[in-house]
Amino acid sequence: MFKDHAKIIHAISSAGEINGRKKLQKMIYIAKKLSFPFQEKYQFHFYGPYSEELTLRVEELCEMGYLNEVREKKAGYYQYCYSITESGRNFLGMHEMDMPTLEPCLCDMNEQHARFLELVSTVLYFDTLEKDEVSEKVFTLKSKQKYTHEEIDEAYEYIKKLKEKAKLD
Amino acid sequence: MKYSREKLSEEKVFKDPVHRYIHVRDRAIWDLISTKEFQRLRRVKQLGTTYLTFHGAEHSRLNHSLGVYEIVRRIVDDVFEGRPEWNQEERLLSLCAALLHDLGHGPFSHSFEKVFDLDHEQFTREIILGRTEVNGVLRRIDPDFPKKVSDVIAKTYEDKLVVSLISSQIDADRMDYLQRDAYFTGVSYGHFDMERILRVMRPREDQVVIKQSGMHAVEDYIMSRYQMYWQVYFHPVSRSAEVILTKILHRAKHLYNTGYTFKQEPVHFRSLFDGNVTVEDYLKLDEAVILYYFQVWEVEEDGILRDLCLRFMNRKLFKYVEFHPSNEQMNKLMELNRLFKKAGIDPEYYLVVDSSSDLPYDFYRPGEEEERLPIHLLKNNGEIRELSRESEIVDAISGKRRTDHKLYFPADLLRDESTKKNVKRQIRELLELS
Repeated sequence: MFKDHAKIIHAISSAGEINGRKKLQKMIYIAKKLSFPFQEKYQFHFYGPYSEELTLRVEELCEMGYLNEVREKKAGYYQYCYSITESGRNFLGMHEMDMPTLEPCLCDMNEQHARFLELVSTVLYFDTLEKDEVSEKVFTLKSKQKYTHEEIDEAYEYIKKLKEKAKLD
Repeated sequence: MKYSREKLSEEKVFKDPVHRYIHVRDRAIWDLISTKEFQRLRRVKQLGTTYLTFHGAEHSRLNHSLGVYEIVRRIVDDVFEGRPEWNQEERLLSLCAALLHDLGHGPFSHSFEKVFDLDHEQFTREIILGRTEVNGVLRRIDPDFPKKVSDVIAKTYEDKLVVSLISSQIDADRMDYLQRDAYFTGVSYGHFDMERILRVMRPREDQVVIKQSGMHAVEDYIMSRYQMYWQVYFHPVSRSAEVILTKILHRAKHLYNTGYTFKQEPVHFRSLFDGNVTVEDYLKLDEAVILYYFQVWEVEEDGILRDLCLRFMNRKLFKYVEFHPSNEQMNKLMELNRLFKKAGIDPEYYLVVDSSSDLPYDFYRPGEEEERLPIHLLKNNGEIRELSRESEIVDAISGKRRTDHKLYFPADLLRDESTKKNVKRQIRELLELS
């Protein structure tokens, strides 16, 4: 019970601290696409893959006192920063987690900008399409982000690198 | 005449309890309604297990799909037509997407998706793009048309205004289901002045915005949404039925995977259990088929499957207590788990925590960090402002957390003292059952 909640705490604990809801959403989505067993259902929204289930689960974990949420004022919007609490650590101790390669993947993603992770998650969302079709989707659906061909190439390279990291030793 | 512009010789109307009449003039829409994939939606209830709480809630996904179509038709024909921001060429696409947006819903789809790792949106796309009657009708409009309809429903179509008609914080989908679910459950919430909202909708580049003068009608819509979630969609009794349904599916899957011999071969479930369900298999599933199996399983050898099916079919549901998951409560839960095993009641199937995040509904959020587009008001000076910044009522209820966890268990088994009397007493004390 609460296994799916525990996985989210484990992810945030592995990353140390995650700055921004968008970043958290994209990190879990990318981890899910790397075959880590997260159950949250994602749909494509105006700004890429988004999971209402994950939003609710994080809210529940904050209410339970297992996650700490700090609101910081940025230019024109608020950013939320998440970290695990002592109670969260105790809760996590009650669950067995078997995802040894998750931590290096999440730590790596956590060092990237949310804008780049948004691109990576969008590329992964359309992973059944050819690269030029994916680029067309990115330029059409995310025209305001003004991504370049070089950034799309970087996203593909990054996905390759993450897939290597996600492999079991 | 081109099929895309072909009209019926006489307008057809469907009598509808929510919108009074649903009007069909386009030949393509009429043909889509007649396809077998669309007709299958008659056999899938809109509210899943809610009929076990609100006995009137027997309405189908077909009723709702027609309602969403009608709302979009009124928006594009009566409000948007002639406005420079609206591309009239997108009219038929918007209508088809509205009509077909729930095409991939299966029987009791929320539970089925969880247990068998399915995605109804993926099936919607596959039905539209695959070799189906729906695909045949759409291809007659244009060979690219199925792809366009699929992209609109997947929210990946380039014209975001078209997407926002059926998928946004104030879209035709939500406006229909709130009113329809209120009507069929018989509750007094869920009502709002839709005619007024439609009149003040204005097309913009990326989304529909609402004229400032319509703010109070939208406040009413947000309040309806809020009340319907807590009074109907999150109703603890419906959730109890959903918990039992999910456990039936888990048990049947477990039995199949461990080589159990069912009295009657579960033919319709085989590809679900094997994890290789095709569109053809999927389209054969509806709630009549599922309930047939549940009835057959009422006499199965396996005690757990038999008991759960009897509970679901005869509405002998689990009772519940509020659960606030602190570390202390989690320890209590572990103790309960141990005692259930000692009492010979498998906690895997009979002790279940259900959380609000397990349910497929969302609240209005103002949209920090631009994750989802919020509702925007168009002020008289042309400025666009997010709704909760202008409305104190919406601000008071949006973005506020209200999480909920319930612990479900079979109180009747715990009160049966013919076996394991002392352990069951201990359990009842922990659960604070009288």
